[in-house]
Amino acid sequence: MSGQNQTPEKGKTEKNRTEKLMKRNTAYKKRQNLYQKIAFSLMRLAVVVTMAVLIIIIGDIILKGYPAISIGFLTQMPTNQMTEGGILPAIVGTIQLVILSLLVAVPLGIITAVYLAEYAADGKVKRIIEQAVNNLAGTPSVVFGLFGMALFVMYLGLPLSLLTASLTMGLLIMPVIIRTAQEALIAVPKEYREASAALGVTKWETIRRVILPSAFSGMITGIIISTGRAAGETAPILFTGAVFFYPRLPDSVFSPFMALSYHLFVMATESINIELTREIQYGTALVLLAIVFSMNLIAVGIRRHYKKKSFSSH
Amino acid sequence: MNATKSENAFSFADTLNGENEFDSDEDDFESENEIEFENEIEFENETEFENENSGEPAPSFSTGKVKKKIIEVKDLDLWYGNNHALKNISIGIPKNKVFAFIGPSGCGKSTFLRTMNRMNDMISNCRIEGEIYIDNENIYAKETDVNDLRKRVGMVFQKANPFPMSIYDNVAYGPRIHGVSKKKIPGIVEESLKGAALWKEVKDRLKDSAFSLSGGQQQRLCIARTLAVKPEIILFDEPCSALDPISTRKIEELITKLKKEYTIIIVTHNMQQAARISDYTAFFLSGELVETGKTVHIFENPQDERTEGYITGRFG
Repeated sequence: MSGQNQTPEKGKTEKNRTEKLMKRNTAYKKRQNLYQKIAFSLMRLAVVVTMAVLIIIIGDIILKGYPAISIGFLTQMPTNQMTEGGILPAIVGTIQLVILSLLVAVPLGIITAVYLAEYAADGKVKRIIEQAVNNLAGTPSVVFGLFGMALFVMYLGLPLSLLTASLTMGLLIMPVIIRTAQEALIAVPKEYREASAALGVTKWETIRRVILPSAFSGMITGIIISTGRAAGETAPILFTGAVFFYPRLPDSVFSPFMALSYHLFVMATESINIELTREIQYGTALVLLAIVFSMNLIAVGIRRHYKKKSFSSH
Repeated sequence: MNATKSENAFSFADTLNGENEFDSDEDDFESENEIEFENEIEFENETEFENENSGEPAPSFSTGKVKKKIIEVKDLDLWYGNNHALKNISIGIPKNKVFAFIGPSGCGKSTFLRTMNRMNDMISNCRIEGEIYIDNENIYAKETDVNDLRKRVGMVFQKANPFPMSIYDNVAYGPRIHGVSKKKIPGIVEESLKGAALWKEVKDRLKDSAFSLSGGQQQRLCIARTLAVKPEIILFDEPCSALDPISTRKIEELITKLKKEYTIIIVTHNMQQAARISDYTAFFLSGELVETGKTVHIFENPQDERTEGYITGRFG
């Protein structure tokens, strides 16, 4: 640029240096770009693999289960030693099980979460409770099944029934509900609490009117996860009330019941003719998937509706 | 690598802020002329103190001399754990005046403000000794109901903190919980929004989310929310520090008008602001109350050289 006053040599070296710098710079940039490309490709690959597995599983179930689906399949009792007929009692049983176990776990879980997030003082006791909840969330479901049987059936003398299974399933899903609800409560900005306190509002009213509504959509997430688990888990109901064959709709919470997950398990492992009932098995799996999916949809709908209500016209 | 990253994030946030401010500028401009008009209707009573401005002695540590002190603080000490954050503070706050607390960051002025509605109760390792009397009642006495106290002593925070509800529900929140009859609530909401010079701007969109308002409007909404529980005293904790100059001016005008009905204490970093809107000023430094008096005296003729140093910008 300012070459005229300088000797040509000096200008040359300067030019060389700039060129060198630029070269080094482009090499560096190229390398960085390459790294970035590799990283992104790996991420894409991971997503593709995950999605592929999911699509294959769901596609397989839909393709093989679809032929089994008919009005009769959805509305009739199983007949001919379960090799024919419908799966109505299992559908109804699963829905009842999910609703009842949510009725057990959601109130208890949310109250526990409110206590942990809002009232419990930081310290040893709180840490122990939180760690216990974490451990419970990771406990295998079959342990919950055995515990449910030991506590509700053998100790408390409840019958093998929908109620007992729901209580057991409720215990299984409660830790997840507690954790997600607690996280949602902690995520509510401190400013809301301060603002409310500064208006002379008691802590409880603040929790009821501001904190819980703000945390609501986060809590729903935990409930969504729990819904799927409650519908799908088999081990907790295995010992506590689900039965192999009960071709009636449960008339009370004290009667035994059929559930899709257990039905599927039995049909695929212990039925009289496993090969013959393959189609029914896939049909059952498809119905189970559909139920879980639509329950999630309902929950997402609730969440969206609620968010809109509190953050309208953003 | 990390440094660059955070710098980027920072500048990005700055850009965002800039945009927001710009937005709120526009909003506020439109409604500029409305404030004056509204306040004429709103406040008419209690002019008796106005004329006494010059004759009234500056608040001093001796409590007996001056009447109409709504707040009396006696020998207040406060600790956060082992940190002695407020040291032997005594001060009197006169009624229906604007009292400004100034001082460098960390000098304890906000902490002191928060002792007056016991917001410090929410901090677990905070310990207080001494007495604060509001209308001759010790607010740290055992029988004092902290929620009743906070109804009487409202607070507006540094960052506008409306609830995630509609504009209407934000203002109605306090009265509803305090059991005001349903019929009276719409009136209170309107009155409070008018009091906070916000009514004209929001009267057609009361059902909209509070977050749809600009920053300055949100802060005035918070003031309206405070007015709705009918306090006697309002504490302002740096209410304009996150606002653009035009929104700031609006809040300042509002504060000047509110003092006819309320006693106002404001913590501010902005000395011009203190000089503009306050009748009395107290200067804090490292947890001590260095000097207090009429704002004119503090700014024109400070008695303590530390006050002078701070005001003339030698430190802080």
